[in-house]
Amino acid sequence: MIECLDALGALSKQRADRIVVMHMTTRQDWPQVSQRAELDIPWIGAMGKASSFALGLALARPDQKVWVLDGDGSLLMNLGGLVTIAAQQPKNLLHVVYNNGAYDTSGGQPVPRSGEVDFCAIARGAGYPHAYSFDGLAELERQLPAILAQDGPTLLVLNVPSMGARRPVPGRGTTQAFWELQEYLAQRPQA
Amino acid sequence: MAETAQHILHATSLLTELKKNGVTHIVWLPDTETSSMFRAIEADGGVHLVPVCREGESMPIAAGLIAGGAKPVVLIQSTGFFESGDSIRGVCLDIGIPLLILIGYRGYEGAGGRTGDSAAVFMEPILKTWGIPYQIVQDDADCSRISEEYQAALQTKHTRAILVGREYGE
Repeated sequence: MIECLDALGALSKQRADRIVVMHMTTRQDWPQVSQRAELDIPWIGAMGKASSFALGLALARPDQKVWVLDGDGSLLMNLGGLVTIAAQQPKNLLHVVYNNGAYDTSGGQPVPRSGEVDFCAIARGAGYPHAYSFDGLAELERQLPAILAQDGPTLLVLNVPSMGARRPVPGRGTTQAFWELQEYLAQRPQA
Repeated sequence: MAETAQHILHATSLLTELKKNGVTHIVWLPDTETSSMFRAIEADGGVHLVPVCREGESMPIAAGLIAGGAKPVVLIQSTGFFESGDSIRGVCLDIGIPLLILIGYRGYEGAGGRTGDSAAVFMEPILKTWGIPYQIVQDDADCSRISEEYQAALQTKHTRAILVGREYGE
């Protein structure tokens, strides 16, 4: 397994100006490593649907790269969304899964088939052209640049430990972040 | 309601009204009330169709499209609207997105009509409970209501709905 902040830190180093949609536990962890808080969107409403929001964003702005930091529990709530995403084939979408086998947000209760679900196989079966799973930081750091250079949609499973509920991290709420993102993108029209 | 020339709702009329408003995407799951829309949208080619596996995906997808500057609508059946409760609450109402949801009104028997279909019985009370304004569209002459609700959604930054009684072909 990779320590949570180490895994997200490796992503953050490669992030540049990508828009990052955070969901569930990553809403607490990602802000600790992010260097671009203005492009971080906390997704609270509609459990499990952060990837759906990210899909809409990616379709509207193919010139912008979009990452969604999903959880295994939240992805299990929206497995059909993998097929919906695959049907659209957004080249600019990276779908990260924080695979800790638990609902850390609610205290660390195990998800169904905790740690035994092959999300890569499900994503490939749904139609994602690329899916990867990582247990070690060194391998993640080594392969990440090549993975990010590929067209998506790509699923990236990060096998991390369950750490239980985190303390809330101060920051923007979903509503404020939503409208500020819309304004940010409006100021940067597509070529 | 008799299906006379004046009392028919065509899929192409719905689509034309959406295009008048610059709609770019239709996020949808097919239903019996709007069954001809798919062929009409495909034939038109001017609006991007985003099919979903379950209706609760449609509001977050539409929200992402709106954040990115696109102009989507959602097209689902009443049963899917019921399934989408958490998305409607957490996305449409909490964020306050200017979204028009077109809802196939399964079991609707016309104004004052009686229906035994719970999908119809609970439809309007739920919209009222959630404070989502709506109008009913039953034939081509009603299609201007789509524009009214779409523009009102933009101006008020509030989700609104159109209940589609039934469409009859292209």
